Amino acid sequence: MEGNYYPLLKWILLAPLAGFAVNGLFGKKFLGEKAGGIIGALAIFIAFIFAALSFSDLLNLPAENRLLRDTLYSWISTGTFSVDAAFRFDPLSAVMALIITGVSFLIHVYSIGYMHGDAGYNRYFAYLNLFVFFMLTLVLADNPLVMFVGWEGVGLCSYLLIGFWYEDPEKATAGKKAFITNRVGDAGFLLGLMLLSALLAFNGVFSMDFATLEAKAPLLTSITVLGIGAPTLICLLLFFGATGKSAQFPLYVWLPDAMAGPTPVSALIHAATMVTAGVYMLARLHFLYELAPRALEVVMLTGCFTAFFAAVIALLQKDIKKVLAYSTVSQLGYMFMAAGAGAFSASVFHLATHAFFKALLFLGAGSVIHGMSGEQDMFKMGGLRKEMPYTFLLIGAGWLAIAGVPGLSGFYSKDLILEKVFEHGGHFVWGAGVLTAAMTAFYTTRLFVLTFLREKRGHGHAHESPLLMTLPMAALGVLALAGGFLLKDRLLAFLEPAAAHGVEANPEAARLMFISVAAGLSGIAAAFLLTLPKTAAALKRAVPQLHDLVYHKFYVDEIYGFLIIKPLRFISDKVLFQLVDAGLIDGVIVNGSASASYSAGKALAKAQNGRLDIYALVFAIGVALMLYWVI
Amino acid sequence: MEFLTNPLSLLILLSAASGLALLAVPPEKDGALKGLALAATLLIFFVSLKLYSGFDPAQTAMQFQLDKAWLPSFGINYLLGIDGISLLMIMLTTLLMPIAVLASFNYIKESRRGYYACLMFLEASMIGVFAALDLFAFYLFWEGMLIPMYFLIGIWGGPRRIYAALKFFIYTMAGSVLMLVAILWVVSAHHAATGAWTFSLPALYGGALTEQAQFWLFAAFALAFAVKVPLFPFHTWLPDAHVEAPTAGSVLLAGVLLKMGIYGYMRLAVPLFPVAALEFAPWLAGLGVFGIIYGSLVAWTQKDMKKMVAYSSVAHLGTVMLGIMAFEQSAVSGAVLQMVNHGLSTGALFLLVGVLYERRHTRMIEDYGGLAKVMPAFSAVFLVVTLSSIGMPGLNGFIGEVLVLFGSFRVYPWLAGAAVSGVILSAVYMLGMYQQVIFGPLRHTENKVLPDLSVREWLYLAPLLIFIVLIGVWPNPFLRRAMPAVNSYISLSRQQTAPAPAVVKIALGGEKTQ
Repeated sequence: MEGNYYPLLKWILLAPLAGFAVNGLFGKKFLGEKAGGIIGALAIFIAFIFAALSFSDLLNLPAENRLLRDTLYSWISTGTFSVDAAFRFDPLSAVMALIITGVSFLIHVYSIGYMHGDAGYNRYFAYLNLFVFFMLTLVLADNPLVMFVGWEGVGLCSYLLIGFWYEDPEKATAGKKAFITNRVGDAGFLLGLMLLSALLAFNGVFSMDFATLEAKAPLLTSITVLGIGAPTLICLLLFFGATGKSAQFPLYVWLPDAMAGPTPVSALIHAATMVTAGVYMLARLHFLYELAPRALEVVMLTGCFTAFFAAVIALLQKDIKKVLAYSTVSQLGYMFMAAGAGAFSASVFHLATHAFFKALLFLGAGSVIHGMSGEQDMFKMGGLRKEMPYTFLLIGAGWLAIAGVPGLSGFYSKDLILEKVFEHGGHFVWGAGVLTAAMTAFYTTRLFVLTFLREKRGHGHAHESPLLMTLPMAALGVLALAGGFLLKDRLLAFLEPAAAHGVEANPEAARLMFISVAAGLSGIAAAFLLTLPKTAAALKRAVPQLHDLVYHKFYVDEIYGFLIIKPLRFISDKVLFQLVDAGLIDGVIVNGSASASYSAGKALAKAQNGRLDIYALVFAIGVALMLYWVI
Repeated sequence: MEFLTNPLSLLILLSAASGLALLAVPPEKDGALKGLALAATLLIFFVSLKLYSGFDPAQTAMQFQLDKAWLPSFGINYLLGIDGISLLMIMLTTLLMPIAVLASFNYIKESRRGYYACLMFLEASMIGVFAALDLFAFYLFWEGMLIPMYFLIGIWGGPRRIYAALKFFIYTMAGSVLMLVAILWVVSAHHAATGAWTFSLPALYGGALTEQAQFWLFAAFALAFAVKVPLFPFHTWLPDAHVEAPTAGSVLLAGVLLKMGIYGYMRLAVPLFPVAALEFAPWLAGLGVFGIIYGSLVAWTQKDMKKMVAYSSVAHLGTVMLGIMAFEQSAVSGAVLQMVNHGLSTGALFLLVGVLYERRHTRMIEDYGGLAKVMPAFSAVFLVVTLSSIGMPGLNGFIGEVLVLFGSFRVYPWLAGAAVSGVILSAVYMLGMYQQVIFGPLRHTENKVLPDLSVREWLYLAPLLIFIVLIGVWPNPFLRRAMPAVNSYISLSRQQTAPAPAVVKIALGGEKTQ
């Protein structure tokens, strides 16, 4: 087996798992708040150290041989299906593991301050550690099935953390919605894997580790299923799974509701890590997608549409977290646009920068909410720059980074994506991407202006958050500002050592860059203008229907409810249960035949004299007759 | 003395003897009754561990065989023996029994003596069914199971217990009578062909029955077992029986008795009539898949927790049915494992509902809500069991589900594809119930003082939790023991026919060479 055996790998996973066990089992009673928080953060820090160690060992290997493996044991094994509990550490896993452990650690530290005094403090850290364990399982897995363990596991933790304040039915429902929507996607993912495994099995390939898949994937190209090439169908099914986990159209609806969870959770799970799992999966299986150009096209168009659509909705949201949620959906769309254009490394690059600035924005929003004692409506904020100076500065950094101001992280990754999309997707997709960039700049500026600038609209006094919260934000602030510049070439060369050399710069790159920067700056300018109360009201009056439509998020939730959930509920209850089960089978056939035999029995009651021997005789004769009749 | 030295026979006799011993205890001695029942079931469990450790996973032949002439003139023998499948089923039975006894301590208040004796007789006949290799003995144990279960529901059940018990009894009897006729036919056909009377299963396998005869015989067996599984549309006895049965009755009904139907297909119907089995297989698999969707959707509408779990069983057993009818290694071994999994997780679900029922005397979902606040440990256990039931990776249900889905997809791509919808639907109804019971505000004042799990409750839930995690993380010891039995099941079904995978390639549209 290729790759270097590297037993250290499992410790990246085991540290957060141990943290989960300690906080989960001993939690409130024995540890209390202080120890619980420290253990939770420490577990992630240890995982980060192990990830960094593995990373430095990986760097010491020659570029074409950078793969570390750790196979624990044979997990499931039957004659025709075998899966190992195995993990791998290659450049892609390394990047993901470092982002996950690094950002998680910062958010854990932040949470120590944010969750202070919460009744479920230890439970919170247990869930958060468990999440990191599953997320690392997802990115370190050496085969799609172990990856699926992480894939479903992060979904579970997301469910538990969205509904963390379970006493509020709305929050609990949001958690359930996230889980079920994700499961819809997972069903597609599973189907894709089933098809992949079956087709490989017919070719005598029974193991499913990524190296084998990559080697054997070309076998699939000659097979057609349902009139489509097998790789295309497999890739589309897997991508459907990605639309669930990574909140793309049509399954994005859970993510805005997921904001019901504690804000650090939104930062970690619903911005920086879990929602990028779909992007990671595509990058991991790039060899399969490269065999399926039509599937890639679907990926790109879905990403493009989602990016645009979500950005439109974000324009008018009032809740600070909802803006960021739709922004996340939109930014994930960018990543899929890149992947669809075949630029998987560019999508991972944007994944990284987005993890920095979006986690920062969410933590900043959390700081604002914390400082405002739970207020999330931006129209009740305003003028917070004096009361929360650090948060003001840090959100400012995140804002400029996402808006695509040249030199900051968002600029580099978004620009690279738009360039690749221009090459592979044509002008239309590129144009939509640029428009989305303008809208992104608009809604983030609007968020910034409404929250921090101008006069104060809310009541009461807001307070700045403690150092435990602002320091992690500062670390992310540095990354959001400088991360793009620092990582740009290094990351791409690390991910694709072969492709880094000899790529010709696009002659039009400078012109494209100029246009997208101009779009971003005009978005910023427009936001300053349109957030003035007078202009905003005038605009609302000019196009009231359009305003309503966007403000109500195009009524997508209502449409799903009307088209899918209601009919299904009706069929289940009225048709299947009441009509078929209780009515037809039980009512007519079972009880009907029972009452029929009861009336018949009444007529024959004379024969029923209670003598057991006669019954036995009749029974024997009956059996004999039946035998005689059939033979 | 072989009756006592053979571990299988010993298990059966021990169970029956403890049932008799219980009847000898004076009825007013509560402690003695409970103690004796618990001690007996634990002893039987430890004896069955010897079975597990002595079992040779590599061997294909039946193990721990006992062959004693019983009614020699008819060729009826007391013939016992197990393979990996029956081993797992017996282990499941002996594990669930002490749990069922422990769960009954407070629940059962009247005529305890008869109750615990019934449980022991039930255990004897359940082990008997899984150990019997003689058709006559099999039939006796099969029918013997009905009687204690009938009493468990009919005497110690809920308000509509008589209706439920009768429905259970008649439904099953109707199937069994057909089975009896079919058994007699098979034996006499064998006699006609060879001149010898025998009820021994291994001797009857591969008998030369005409295709038409096989068709009718398989149909008779299939019907008897379909009631037991239960397959749609023969399932309506199940919700009633579960709702009315006492907790322990539900645990054993779901945990063990439902497996009898599947076991019957694997041990009798398919290997005895392989030609007909292959003809019926797609239809039975289809009914299984239909059951997955139907059971899940109907479960979603239930207001009574026990009824919901009962319909979820229809869905789960549908998955198992799909697996065994695919005649593919992964699918069949996944189905076998899924039988164990369903016993563990559904058993645990019924126990948890029982925990609530003992406190509040209601099973209605709407009577709860917000329990996480007052019963955190209960809520955590309930969550793990719920996740096991919906096939969360890392827990047992996932392994069985994935093996069945991946394996059967190679044979019935459309059916397995449709079965994947169960992944979504199970989350819909299970998490729906979980949320309504555990999350939200504490709406009912009665619920504000509910005590969390007691030591006794922990004692009977913990073993199930351990296996739920263990099988999820490390299923191979179980799969490995089932493997030879799975292989011989598949090869018995393939007698006189072409191997199934040839069909698959056409169905999938692939044109690769063999």
